[in-house]
Amino acid sequence: MEALYATMTGALAASGLYLTLRGRTFPVVVGLTLLSYAVNLFLFSTGGLTTDGAAVIKEHTDHYADPLPQALVLTAIVIGFAMTAFSVILAIRVRGELGNDVVNVTRGDEPREDKS
Amino acid sequence: MSLLFIVLLPLLGSLVPLLGSNDRRNLCALITAILPAVALALVATNIGDVLSGNVQHYSIPWIPALGLDFALRLDGLSLMFALLILGIGLLIILYTRFYLAAEDSMPRFYAYLMLFLTAMLGIVMADNLLLLWIFWELTSLSSFLLIGFWHTQSDARRGARVSLTVTAMGGLALLAGLLLLGQMVGSYDMQTVLDSRDLIQQDERYVPVVLLILLGAFTKSAQFPFQFWLPQAMAAPTPVSAFLHSATMVKAGVFLLARLHPALAGSEIWLYLVGLTGLVTMIYGAYFALIKYDIKAILAYSTISHLGMITMLFGLDSRMATVAGLFHIINHALFKASLFMVAGIVDHECGTRDIRKLKGLRRYMPMTTVLATLGGASMAGVPLMNGYLSKEMMLTETLETGLLGGLFWLVPVLATLGSLISAAYALRFVRNIFFEGSPGTLEVTPHEPPLLMRAPVLLMITLCVVIGLLPAITVTSLLHAAADAALAEPVPEFHLAIWHGFNLPLLMSAIALGGGVVLYLLRKPLFDFQRQFTSLNTLSIYEVTVQGIVRAAQWSLDTLENGSLQRYMLWLVIAVLCLAGGSLVMTPSLQGNLPQQPLDALLIAGAAITILAGLATASLHRRRLISLLMLSVVGLMVSLVFARFSAPDLALTQLAVEVVTMILLMLALFFLPQRTPKESSGLRVVRDVLLSAAFGGIVASLNYAILTQPIDSISQFFLEHSVPGGGGHNVVNVILVDFRGFDTLGEITVLGIAGIGIFKLLNRLRLFMPSSDFEGRPWSPDSHPMILAIVSQTLLPLALLVSIFIFLRGHNAPGGGFIAGLVTSVALILMYIARGVDWAQQRLAFQFQPIAVAGVGIAALTGLGSWFFGYPFLTSAFGHFYIPLIGDVELATAMLFDLGVYFTVIGATLMILANLGKLTTPHRPSKQKEQS
Repeated sequence: MEALYATMTGALAASGLYLTLRGRTFPVVVGLTLLSYAVNLFLFSTGGLTTDGAAVIKEHTDHYADPLPQALVLTAIVIGFAMTAFSVILAIRVRGELGNDVVNVTRGDEPREDKS
Repeated sequence: MSLLFIVLLPLLGSLVPLLGSNDRRNLCALITAILPAVALALVATNIGDVLSGNVQHYSIPWIPALGLDFALRLDGLSLMFALLILGIGLLIILYTRFYLAAEDSMPRFYAYLMLFLTAMLGIVMADNLLLLWIFWELTSLSSFLLIGFWHTQSDARRGARVSLTVTAMGGLALLAGLLLLGQMVGSYDMQTVLDSRDLIQQDERYVPVVLLILLGAFTKSAQFPFQFWLPQAMAAPTPVSAFLHSATMVKAGVFLLARLHPALAGSEIWLYLVGLTGLVTMIYGAYFALIKYDIKAILAYSTISHLGMITMLFGLDSRMATVAGLFHIINHALFKASLFMVAGIVDHECGTRDIRKLKGLRRYMPMTTVLATLGGASMAGVPLMNGYLSKEMMLTETLETGLLGGLFWLVPVLATLGSLISAAYALRFVRNIFFEGSPGTLEVTPHEPPLLMRAPVLLMITLCVVIGLLPAITVTSLLHAAADAALAEPVPEFHLAIWHGFNLPLLMSAIALGGGVVLYLLRKPLFDFQRQFTSLNTLSIYEVTVQGIVRAAQWSLDTLENGSLQRYMLWLVIAVLCLAGGSLVMTPSLQGNLPQQPLDALLIAGAAITILAGLATASLHRRRLISLLMLSVVGLMVSLVFARFSAPDLALTQLAVEVVTMILLMLALFFLPQRTPKESSGLRVVRDVLLSAAFGGIVASLNYAILTQPIDSISQFFLEHSVPGGGGHNVVNVILVDFRGFDTLGEITVLGIAGIGIFKLLNRLRLFMPSSDFEGRPWSPDSHPMILAIVSQTLLPLALLVSIFIFLRGHNAPGGGFIAGLVTSVALILMYIARGVDWAQQRLAFQFQPIAVAGVGIAALTGLGSWFFGYPFLTSAFGHFYIPLIGDVELATAMLFDLGVYFTVIGATLMILANLGKLTTPHRPSKQKEQS
C-alpha cells in the first residue's frame, strides 16, 4: 500500500509540475493547485498511514494517527486555497490590463523568443 | 556622569535645529550652538583633572552578551580631540550662519552637523572597541549626508557616494580587525586591550589584525591609495570641508592610530606599513596640491599630504615622533580649518574657486588677506607659526628612525621634499589669490565678509600665532597628557621651543622653505610637464571597478531574470532534481524496516482514479473546462484519502475547500480564454514531460522512503496533553487553536491579507465579457434557474445550522472554525450563484472585509487576553459550566480563538468569491437583453 500511495503522490506532483511549466496563466494555476494536493498528501503521510485511528481521544484505546501533520496540512489546505485564489485573480487582472494570458514578460515592444 | 552628557548633549542637539525655522537664521544658529557649548564647558571642567593624569571613566552595560558596554573615557588623547571637535564645531556653526544661501535649509544642515559631531565625540571618547566602531560608522553615514547636502548637484551626490563607499568599506575591515583584537584579548574593554600589548603582538593573528585595522584607519584618513575620496568630497558646502577635513572625519583615522598605538605599535610591520604609507601619501598629496587649480582642491590635497605626515609620525619607532604627530594634529586642525574658511569666503565673495581667475584680492579684502597669509605661513612651516614647530619636530624624528635600514637617509630627504612642496603650494595659494595681479575677470566686486563670518578665522589664526610664539606655556601640558595616552612607555621629556640652536633639522627646514620659493617660481615648466599625463589615478581605478561590478550585476540579471516564468521554474526544478536526486543516489536503499500494509481492491481503485485524473488534468490542459473537471476529481479523491487514513478533519476541510476552489476557478475561467492554443514545440513538450517525470519519480521515492521508515514523532506529547492541558478531545483542533495557536493566528492573518489583496486587485478592473462560449454558442438566458434558487434557499438555514454544529463540536470531535467557516461560505456562495449578485447583495447588507478583520482581531485579542491574567500570549483556559436545560458544558477560551478563525475564513472566502462574482453583473449582455 505504501508503494501505491507514493506512486499516487509522485503522479500528482509530476502532473502538477508539467502544468506549471506551461506558458499560459490558467494551466499554471491548475498546476499549482495540483502540486499543492501532492504536497499535502506528502506532508500528511509523514505521520504514517493509519487506519481507523482518528486523533480524537477516546477511552480504552491508544491507537491514534499522528495529529501533528494533520494540523499542519489543515492550515496548508486553507492557505493553498488563498494562494490559488490570489494567483488566478492576478491572472484575470493581467488579462484585463495587458489583454493576454501569457505568463512570460516580453521586454520592449517586440516579443522575444524564449531561448531556454 | 558628565562624560555621558558630553556625548549625549550634542546628540540631542541634532534635534534642536529642527525646532528653528529657515527664516530666523540667527535664532537657528544660536539654539544649535547652545548644547555643544554646554558640552564644551563640561569638557573644560574636566581639563584640570585629566591633565593631572586622572583618566575618567563612565560605563553602563548595553549588550553584555556581546561584550558591548556604553563605556566612555576621558584621557589626555580624548580631551585633546574633544576640545578640537567641540571648539572648531562651534566656530563652524557660527561660520555656517553666514555661508549658507537663503534657499539652503539651515535646520537640516545643522541637524546633520550635530549628528556628525556626536559621532566624532563618540569615537574619541569610546572606552569599548565595539562602541568605537559604532560611532565610526555613524561618522561615515552622517558625513555622507553632509557631503551630499546639496543633493540636487550630481557631483555632490557622487562625492557623498564615493566617500561613503570607501570609508564604509574600511569600516567593515575595521570591524573585523576589532573583533579579532577583542577575541585575542578576551575583552572589548579599551583599557584591557591597551594593557595587553605583549599578548597581542605574540598572537599569530597579530598581522591580520594590524592589516584590517590599518585598512580602516587609512581609508578614513585618506591615505594612499585610498586618498581619492577626499577631493571628491569637496563638492560639500565649505563649512563641511572645513570641519570634516581639518579637525574631524579624516582625523578619526589618525586618532585610531594614536588610540591603539600602545597595543599595536612597535613591530616591524607597523613601522613599515604605517611609516611608508604616510611618507608616500605626504609626497603624493603635496605634489597634487601644487598643480591643482581649484582652491578647495589645493586644500584637499594639502590635507592628504599633512595626514600622510601625521600617519608617518605615528609609524616611526620613536616616542617623540608620536608627540610630534599629536602636536601636528592640533596645528593642522587650526590652520587648515581657517584656510578652508578663507576659501569659502573667497568663493562666497567672488563666485569662483578657480585660482587662475582669483587675483589681487588684497585690495578688496585686506583683513582676510592678513588671516590667509598667516594661515598659509603656518601651513608652509614658516618660523614663529605653530606649523613650523611640529614640522621641525617631524624632521628631527625622521633623522633618527630605523625605517629602511641602510637606506635610512631616504626618509629625511623625502620628508624635506614633502615640506618643500608644501611651502611651494602654500606660497602659491596665498600669493596668487591675494597679491599677484588684479581681478579683471570676476563678475562681482569682492568685498570683506561680515565681521562674524571672519571671526572664527581670526580666532583660530590667533591661536596659531600664540601657539607658535609661546608653545611651552600653551600646549605642552595638553600634549603631555595626550602622549601619555598614546604611548605604552612613559612620555619622554620634551621642551617645545622655537629655537633649538643650529642643527640639521634647522638646515632641512631652511632648505624646504628656500626650495619651496624656488619651486614656486619654476612652477610653469612643471605645469607644462604635468599636462602630458592623462589623469590616471586611483579614482579612475575605483570608477572602473564600480562600473565593472554594476555591469556584471546587470549582465547576470539580464541572463537569469529574463522575464520568463518558465525559465525560472526550470532553474528551480533542476536545482531540486540535482539536490534531491543526488542524495537519493547516495542512499543505499529506500526500503525501511516497517512492515507493508495490505492492499485491497478499494484502495487500488481509488489510487487508480486519482492517478488517472491527475494525468488527465495535465494532458487535457488545452481544453480548460475538462481539465478543471479532472482537477476536481483529484480534489475529491484526496479528500477520500484523508478520510480513509484517519484524518476526518482534513477530509472535511478538503471537501469544503474543493467546492470553493472549483467555484472560484469556474468563475475565473469565464474571464479567461476557454482554451489554450497550441504553442509549445514538440521538443519543449518532451523536455517538460521528462522533467516532470523525473520530479514525480523523486517525490514518489522520497515518500516511499518516509513511509517505510519508523518515525520518532513528538506527537505523543499532544496526544497526552490534549485533554488535561487543552480541554479538548479532538487533538488536531486543540493543536490548531491551543498548542500551536500562534501559528494559526499567523495563518489566518495571511488569509485575511490574501483576501484584501484580491479585493484590491479586482478594484476598477475592466474586463472583456464574452457573450458566448468559445464555439460561438450564446450563454443561456436563464441565468438563475428556478430549481437551484429554491433548493439553495431551503438549504441555507440548514447549512448554517450544520456549520454552527460543526463549529461547536470542533474541540471534541472532527470539525472546528476552519471547516465551519468554509461550510458557511459555501452556503452563502450558493445563494449568489442561484439568485445573482444583486439579489444576494441586497439581502446580505454587510461588507466582508470587516468580518475578516474582526476575525483576526478576535483571535489576537483572545491571545492578548491571557496577558491580563499573567499568562503568556495565547494561553488557554477551560472549565466545565452547568447551563440550565443544556447541562454540563465544557467551554474553553480556545473556542473564542476558533471563532476568530471562523470569521476570518468566511470574510476572506466571500471577499474573494463575491467580489469576483460581482464583476459579472454590470453590462452583462444576456442580462441586458432580458431587461430590454
